[in-house]
Amino acid sequence: MKAINEAENISSRIRKDRVFLGLVVFFSVITVSPIILIISKLIEKGYKQLSFGFLVEKTPDTMEAMTAIANNELIPGGIVNGILGTLLMVAMAAVIAIPIAIITGVYLYENQGKWLANITRNVSDILQGVPSIVLGLISYLWVVKYVTNGFSALAGSVSLAIMMLPMIVRSTEETLKMIPQTLKEAGLALGIPYWRVLTGILIPTGFSGLMTGILLAVSRVIGETAPLMLTALGSRAINMNISKPTSAIPLLIWEFYNDPNMVDMIWSSSLLLMIIVLAFNLTAKQFAANRK
Amino acid sequence: MNTNILQVKDPILAIENLSVAYDKNVAVKDVTVGIKKNTVTAIMGPSGCGKSTLLRALNRMHELYENIHTTGSVTLNGEDIFKMSAIKLRRQTGMVFQRPNPFPTMSIYDNVIAGYKLNGINQKKQERDEIVERSLRDVALWDEVKDSLTKKGTFLSGGQQQRLCIARALAFNPEIILLDEPTSALDPVATSKIEDLLITLKEHYTIIMVTHNMSQAARISDYSLFMYLGELVEYGKTKNMFTNPQDRRTEEYLTGKFG
Repeated sequence: MKAINEAENISSRIRKDRVFLGLVVFFSVITVSPIILIISKLIEKGYKQLSFGFLVEKTPDTMEAMTAIANNELIPGGIVNGILGTLLMVAMAAVIAIPIAIITGVYLYENQGKWLANITRNVSDILQGVPSIVLGLISYLWVVKYVTNGFSALAGSVSLAIMMLPMIVRSTEETLKMIPQTLKEAGLALGIPYWRVLTGILIPTGFSGLMTGILLAVSRVIGETAPLMLTALGSRAINMNISKPTSAIPLLIWEFYNDPNMVDMIWSSSLLLMIIVLAFNLTAKQFAANRK
Repeated sequence: MNTNILQVKDPILAIENLSVAYDKNVAVKDVTVGIKKNTVTAIMGPSGCGKSTLLRALNRMHELYENIHTTGSVTLNGEDIFKMSAIKLRRQTGMVFQRPNPFPTMSIYDNVIAGYKLNGINQKKQERDEIVERSLRDVALWDEVKDSLTKKGTFLSGGQQQRLCIARALAFNPEIILLDEPTSALDPVATSKIEDLLITLKEHYTIIMVTHNMSQAARISDYSLFMYLGELVEYGKTKNMFTNPQDRRTEEYLTGKFG
């Protein structure tokens, strides 16, 4: 009698196990399906427009687009003004944010448990939660009104740099914390001054970790639209002057969205933006993998 | 200098009334001892007795941590180590850690020369080559790695890595080498290589080694220092201590009654 009960028990356990496995697979599929759907939609709708010209020509105006659509042709032109603007602003934001964030991260790592470090860490965490449009507003107040006296790439970069700061600060601190303490001690035990231990041993050892943080921060701000609307504004022309209004890929997508004739450009621009962000993400993953 | 208190004549390192506390927790209590030049001195004792804490006071490693306080005096060749610059002191006292810790981003060559390079000392390549070769020969690693000096230090086996770390500490020609359980992470073969090495190294250097392996202390040390609960219980020639311990606690530890 007991044996039979046990056999039933086991078969019911196997059944439960299968149901559970099924659920796990089901929810995993649900989790990954949005990204697959997004990418397939972008490719389906955007690939036609995506050509070499798209990468090297400026944004067309509404009339050109309208004419092209009337003749059943592809909209001429491209988004090179956006591509270059994004490159300019993100590069400048990185140049501003990386040194500040890494120095802050080192400070936090070296002063675990001290009140000023704790406050800094908390404030940095709060900064990470500040809505990006608010950062745009702040940069508008600081840079657009007082520094460049008008919408500018610099103002856009400042708002993006503020977004990048807390991400890089955190990743720097976490990366350094993962480096064995004895490595630092070994350096100091050789009579090497602290700053050289830091630059010659700790930072090279944590290089992959730092790069991962930086690349993820970059890929995060590349797609930012809201803060740029209030700071860089956008431009139909190629602009490399940091004190002048500048375009960016996400800004262009927003502009295309507001212009019924440009709808087709939305998809190709989004596809390109997605490819760039994915490339940064995958590179970051590669660095993270190298760490092990 | 009172040789009676220090228990050896003309010590290279004289430790007097040295206490080390973690916050209010005293880990080393009032230790007074002299270390003789060109000997191997073993610091023994059960876990948590303050062995490593004592060792790490000798190159002022504790200064990295704000909650650790050191009092008392230590003189190296008559010079107060707490008054000289930490950088100068640490160049005269090499340190080897429990686990091999070569700098992971550096080649074998760069690991050995790291102390010079990162101190910004300018040298000709030939000088560097000489220092690297001498240091690696000193630890009997030269023949094993001379064709792969550009490989990363972390590619070596555990025992080789530890010898590389000893070579790194020797590169500056220190007076004293401090070793904190240098073989506890190694297999028996690698351990015996390191032990042989330490015996040859004492011709040129003074070696202070923390170990909780009693037979290791018996095999290679000239002097032994037995610590218990932060206190120095007994100090003397290793031979005497193992055959005729003066203190009951030493005897109980050596006979395996605790530890």
